[in-house]
Amino acid sequence: MEAFDYIEMKVPAKAEYIGVMRLTLSGIANRMSFSYDAIEDLKVAISEAVTNAVEHAYGENESGEITVGFGLYEDRIEIMVADRGGSFNLGEVKSETGPYRSDEPVEKIREGGFGLFLIEALMDEVKINNKYGVMVIMTKYNREEEVDMDDDQISTIQ
Amino acid sequence: MNLSVKINEDSNLKVLEVSGEIDAYTAPELKESLMPLIKEGGNQVEVDLEDVQYMDSTGLGVFVSALKASKESGSHFTLRNVQGRVYRIFEITGLSEIIDIKAAIRGGNE
Repeated sequence: MEAFDYIEMKVPAKAEYIGVMRLTLSGIANRMSFSYDAIEDLKVAISEAVTNAVEHAYGENESGEITVGFGLYEDRIEIMVADRGGSFNLGEVKSETGPYRSDEPVEKIREGGFGLFLIEALMDEVKINNKYGVMVIMTKYNREEEVDMDDDQISTIQ
Repeated sequence: MNLSVKINEDSNLKVLEVSGEIDAYTAPELKESLMPLIKEGGNQVEVDLEDVQYMDSTGLGVFVSALKASKESGSHFTLRNVQGRVYRIFEITGLSEIIDIKAAIRGGNE
């Protein structure tokens, strides 16, 4: 099996911890030598996933936790965001997602619903499992490494 | 990770200088400052995002609400000095086509 380092954190399902997860991921991705732009993409993706969990997983008077796991592989990072709430209707959230289309009148534009769409646009692979609560598993490859490898190959040929 | 909003008013020109990060935690504060100015009607409201390096879909939600409200109240709503990374979020979602955005001069429209 492919070797990887794994880091896991649990945070209360509260909006004030979204920034904490973003900073944590930024530190991890920086350690893995992701590019500046890739780190910014990762920050948005994790914030969107944690925001979904904060907003949909638990009721107003209910307190809950969000588990975030990071799998650090040679060529990629895998991020898992999971809640154990039951009230997140994934089908509904997914059906409301997507970019703005220019034929839509202004009054009809959704105010939410860009979150999952952004995750899918910014990450390389996204899987969503909603058997027990909702779990988002998203992967981003470290392109910089690929470029380096190609560079090496070119230099060997020369 | 906090947000601060400063309002400069000169008759019907209202400029909101926003600095910090816009996410689900800080967006309510932005919305509270922005919406009353838009709803007043007849205002020229400019949101200056020069010092905002991070924004996600919750920020988009606030600006979509503002755009809708501005159509109803007859205010005009503009974003200015939008930084490259933040502009990208508007572009990916297609909202850059409908919101009046003046990107930052440096690398804003890359």
